Amino acid sequence: MLRQFIQLVSVQFKEFFREPGALFWSFVFPVLMSFALGIAFSDKHEIVQNVAVINSDSNIVINNFIKNSCVKTGLKYKNVVSDNNLGNTVSYFYLATKNQSEQMMKRGQAELILSEKNNKIYYYFDPANTQSRLAYIIISDLIENIKLNSQNAIIKPLQAKGMRYIDFLIPGLLAMGIMSSCLWGISYSLISKRSKKLLRRLVATPMKHSLFMLSMFLSRFTFSILEAIVLLVFAKFAFDINIQGSMLAFSAVLISGCFFFMGLALLLSSRTSNTQVGNGLVNFFTMPMMLLSGIFFSYNHFPDAIIPVIKYLPLTLFTDSLRSIINEGASFLQILPSAIILFCTGIVVFAVGLKIYKWY
Amino acid sequence: MSQENFPIVKVENIFKSYKNVNALNGIDLEIFPAQFVALLGPNGAGKTTLVEIVEGIQKPDKGNVILFGKTWHKNKEELYKKIGLSFQETRFEDKLTVLETLKLFASLYNISKSRVNEILEIVNLKEKYKSWVVNLSGGQRQKLALGIALLNKPELLILDEPTTGLDPTARREIWTILLSLKKQLGTSMILTTHYMEEAENLCDNIVIIDHGKILTQGTLKQLINQSNFGEVIEFKVKQINNLPNFNNNSKITNVITNNIENKVVINVKNTSVVLPDIINELNKVQCEIYDLHCRYTTLDDLFINMTGRKLTD
Repeated sequence: MLRQFIQLVSVQFKEFFREPGALFWSFVFPVLMSFALGIAFSDKHEIVQNVAVINSDSNIVINNFIKNSCVKTGLKYKNVVSDNNLGNTVSYFYLATKNQSEQMMKRGQAELILSEKNNKIYYYFDPANTQSRLAYIIISDLIENIKLNSQNAIIKPLQAKGMRYIDFLIPGLLAMGIMSSCLWGISYSLISKRSKKLLRRLVATPMKHSLFMLSMFLSRFTFSILEAIVLLVFAKFAFDINIQGSMLAFSAVLISGCFFFMGLALLLSSRTSNTQVGNGLVNFFTMPMMLLSGIFFSYNHFPDAIIPVIKYLPLTLFTDSLRSIINEGASFLQILPSAIILFCTGIVVFAVGLKIYKWY
Repeated sequence: MSQENFPIVKVENIFKSYKNVNALNGIDLEIFPAQFVALLGPNGAGKTTLVEIVEGIQKPDKGNVILFGKTWHKNKEELYKKIGLSFQETRFEDKLTVLETLKLFASLYNISKSRVNEILEIVNLKEKYKSWVVNLSGGQRQKLALGIALLNKPELLILDEPTTGLDPTARREIWTILLSLKKQLGTSMILTTHYMEEAENLCDNIVIIDHGKILTQGTLKQLINQSNFGEVIEFKVKQINNLPNFNNNSKITNVITNNIENKVVINVKNTSVVLPDIINELNKVQCEIYDLHCRYTTLDDLFINMTGRKLTD
């Protein structure tokens, strides 16, 4: 029995480590993603906005502003406000007809349209569009000669550990990586084995089915742990992110999360032998969770009515728990309810999957 | 009754249907120790369904399967130790080597590693033991599948179309391996095929199956004798509509005409006696013939006569 198990696990390892694509998506991609997003959101950011100006003889204030404060670059006029704390605020002004201006707005090439009549400036934009509202605030300040300068205010950029965007991002990427690794790794492997008729060949032996599943789970769990270690080590050295909470709590969440997603993978791969159907099923479950569960941005931006639902999505429970352990130093008892929910739901999906599993 | 008279496989009145298709319609079959049996039939005849039921992979809607005196229910582990299987079109993991694949299956049967080396020798894959499966030819992959089926020194070997899609050389290599097994070990075998030559060369007993029913079974000699077709005269004509009426000749047992190929196949008791009569009849109606052949009846003739179609249809 032990020899069977060792062989099965070793085969899973060989298959995994001999597949460059699997290695890239499991280990390199999460690191690259965290690096790219970490750099993108930790650098001083440049705000860039484009403004369409309806060209007219009555544009006295606007023309004065453009003449005195902008530099012509090609067909547009550029204004830059530099700030040590906030970074650059760059505005581009395009002189255009009314129709051209409207077209620029429709195509997303401009956030704001300006026009002037009787020394009064008119701002045209969609108030529901936050980009346009930001442009309005900046441009109205610029043209009305109110300096956009943080020196007028006391601004303290947040740089404390756990409060940076990268601190928010890393636990999310970790949770998403583990979910993807478990779901894709197990379900794709099982469906592919079924479609190649290899699954039926493997189980048409004296081997116990449970042993086969156990070997799949153990190897995938090991890959997920390795994946987590690689990402956390990278986060430590690149962004000085540490696990502030207890390792017991971290391990409990990791195990319960992996268990749930492995159980779900088993359920999703229980019937089909078509890898495309399998892809669709996995996407059906992962895509909404990836969008809603606050991986990249907080789910608190969603309408209040759906937030209670989002909070109990498996990926949200997993991400929130990891985030609270890594960033807030949450204890074992604090994350225990989430871990129990994940583990118990995992048992249910695992049992249903096993019950309806098509081995042949 | 000696041990050899007990069937190791007993299939009793098996029925199986999928949605609106009746795949098997009351199959009875017995296979005895050291017997090589070919299940011969065209695509869709029900061969694979029958072997999968015997292999315990599918359950019949009705009927029983008894292997070595036991049913599959609660005896799976024990029965899988006694049988060797090769499914149709199984693809092993691409990035495992031949040796790793054999070792994996050896562990599943709890078989020693020395047997893996024996298998490499038997299926002639010794030089390829380090090759990844993805780099093997079709014939080598089939030999690997056969090697896996032989790992546990099975008392019963079930091979589902083991040579389909292989070139003639690779096919003959597989036959050589199977024939040497037949000589050396007392293994029984069920082989599904739609190659007539394969059934003739490898098997003692041939079971012709079509539309989920066994049409006939027996040794090649028995089947040909049963058919009472004797010998065959075949030729082509320029005008198939211009044939004389051969039915009046009592020495002719059967006439089949193929309007597409303009071909005539005539079964006779004795070629040397009947051929002059046939030529005479053809001359009378001025029917010009070419490609004339005289031969003994084959399984192919028998199959076409029984099913109205060729095996490759």
